[in-house]
Amino acid sequence: MTTTLPTAPTAPAATMPRVRRSTRASWVGLAVAVPLTVVLALAPYYLDRGSQGSLVSLFSLVVMASMWNLLAGYGGMVSIGQQAYIGIGAYALVYLTSTAGLGPFVAVPVTMVLAGLVAIPISFLAFRLSGGYFAIGTWVIAEVARLVIVQFDSLGAGAGTSLMAFNDLTPGRRIAYVYWLGLAGVVLAVLVTYLLMRSRVGLGFTAIRDDDLAAASLGVRVTRSKRLVFVVAAMGTALAGAMVAASTLRVQPDSVFALNWTALMIFIVVIGGIGTVEGPIIGAIVLFALQQWLADLGTWYLIILGAVAIVITLFLPRGLWGLVSGNGRVRMFPVGYRLLAPAGRGVTARGEAGSAAPPAERP
Amino acid sequence: MIWVNALVQGVLLGGLYALLAAGLSLMFGVMRIVNLAHGTLALGAAYLGYVLVDSTGVSPFVALVVVVPVMAVVGYTIQWGLLNRALAMGGLAPLLATFGVAIVLAQLLQETFSADSRTLQVGTIGIRSFSIGDDIFVGWLQLIILGAGIAVIVGLQLFLSRTGTGRAMRACSDDVETARLMGIDSRHMYAVAASLAIATVGLAGMFQGMRTQFAPASGDMLLIFAFEAVIIGGLGSLWGTLLGAVTLGVAQVVGAQVDPSYGVLIGHLVFLSVLAFRPTGLLPKMVTA
Repeated sequence: MTTTLPTAPTAPAATMPRVRRSTRASWVGLAVAVPLTVVLALAPYYLDRGSQGSLVSLFSLVVMASMWNLLAGYGGMVSIGQQAYIGIGAYALVYLTSTAGLGPFVAVPVTMVLAGLVAIPISFLAFRLSGGYFAIGTWVIAEVARLVIVQFDSLGAGAGTSLMAFNDLTPGRRIAYVYWLGLAGVVLAVLVTYLLMRSRVGLGFTAIRDDDLAAASLGVRVTRSKRLVFVVAAMGTALAGAMVAASTLRVQPDSVFALNWTALMIFIVVIGGIGTVEGPIIGAIVLFALQQWLADLGTWYLIILGAVAIVITLFLPRGLWGLVSGNGRVRMFPVGYRLLAPAGRGVTARGEAGSAAPPAERP
Repeated sequence: MIWVNALVQGVLLGGLYALLAAGLSLMFGVMRIVNLAHGTLALGAAYLGYVLVDSTGVSPFVALVVVVPVMAVVGYTIQWGLLNRALAMGGLAPLLATFGVAIVLAQLLQETFSADSRTLQVGTIGIRSFSIGDDIFVGWLQLIILGAGIAVIVGLQLFLSRTGTGRAMRACSDDVETARLMGIDSRHMYAVAASLAIATVGLAGMFQGMRTQFAPASGDMLLIFAFEAVIIGGLGSLWGTLLGAVTLGVAQVVGAQVDPSYGVLIGHLVFLSVLAFRPTGLLPKMVTA
């Protein structure tokens, strides 16, 4: 495994190809992302509460979509049961703050750890299935989680329960705190995806995507890598669930365990561009804009979104970000390596290793 | 005796699940597509039947004559227009496309018919039953559904093993490239398989509508139950699917006998136990489908 990592030669001779990771776009990306984060972090000082609340829902969409993208776009695991972790995150936050008496901002990391711990045994069950059957299996597990939670009267059974942890804060403060929590969630989700996919695990996933048997024979620990991503995605999705609970203050089993959460994640990722760090962000912004624009159309926005996602799946597999980036030539978050020809000119993006975009058309 | 009755009711319920699962099994067997729109399509068929019954006043059994062929055409069209293209894209495309269809169709049903529950009125046959001994009651409708489930499974098995089209389908399943070289139009074969699968889904959806109430959200559970039947039975075996369906039905009815809110949960737990302790299913790969 140690030899499979491409390393840049220390003294590039004129005839030797050079390998480079960062590009001009990634520096521009960094130059935009950092000030943007600072501007967003100051929003509670200049934005009204309603806009902050809307941004929190956008942030939770970015977090959950990034996590679904980590699972499917990089790990090749299409889960339609991620609502399990939305629900677990929401309920764990309520339980930890009310019964266990933790402060809300201590409870959030504990919630994530709990979800990760729950996801480990679940992965052993779910990994018995593959492909589409894995997808439905994860859904069954989410249903089991819902059916088990409604058995507990202390959690409000079928009627649900309320989050009281913020009751001693003024509404303005509460919204600002939840807003910062959401923004921190986005930064964390994007950074974790980026760093994980730059790492050896990410490189392994590129190999798994191309051929898991060949990858395994080269020493890539296929199941272990998948389990790692499964658990990380569970933790991140639980964070999104905690964000949902913290902004709505109301936790109902039928709404937090709704399949529609996973539908939103999938549509966001597919529309934005599956297998890219940028895709879920773009997709979430598109969805958010649609939600605002078509707000009075009720469920029609979900119908439109689903139809768009089907069309994009069939005709534009790299999504909107693929369109913007010229099929991966421009990357704000470079997770792969770029091979530079001896003359110093970049080889086409198809030569890039580690860009875990979905496979192109097969013959 | 109450438990024996639960067992009998479970087997009868298994008939419906077998009918639901057969199409899922067939589509996976032939094109390796897991159709996530399976349950929603069953529900769509029930709504189509509802519209027919409501507008013409015919019996739901008569409406089957229209609904099942319409669903067959729907299946052919979806495969031809959507899923063949998705298969050519490779990767996650077929799964994402069927998921998109499932969500869009469910929301469209919700928009059109509202969230209210409906049912297909079949008249007295829906409530008539005969008794065995003092405590076991067998509903005629339930018996018809079980009979239909077994007939569809046996019929598909015979179709796949005995007919030329069935052989061509299995050839496409085994090695599509070679099948094409032999002159088989794999795209057409896939579409025929999908049309058969969706026709059986239509039948299952109609029976579900006659048996109980349905609402736009109930398609979810239909897909989950069909899937559990397939996995409990063992992938790639239609007989296994029948056994899995009956096992699931029995588990649900016996669970509901313990506590009405446990029925579905016990079914899920039986499924998860099979997954944990016997992941190849009860009757793995005896017959390829």
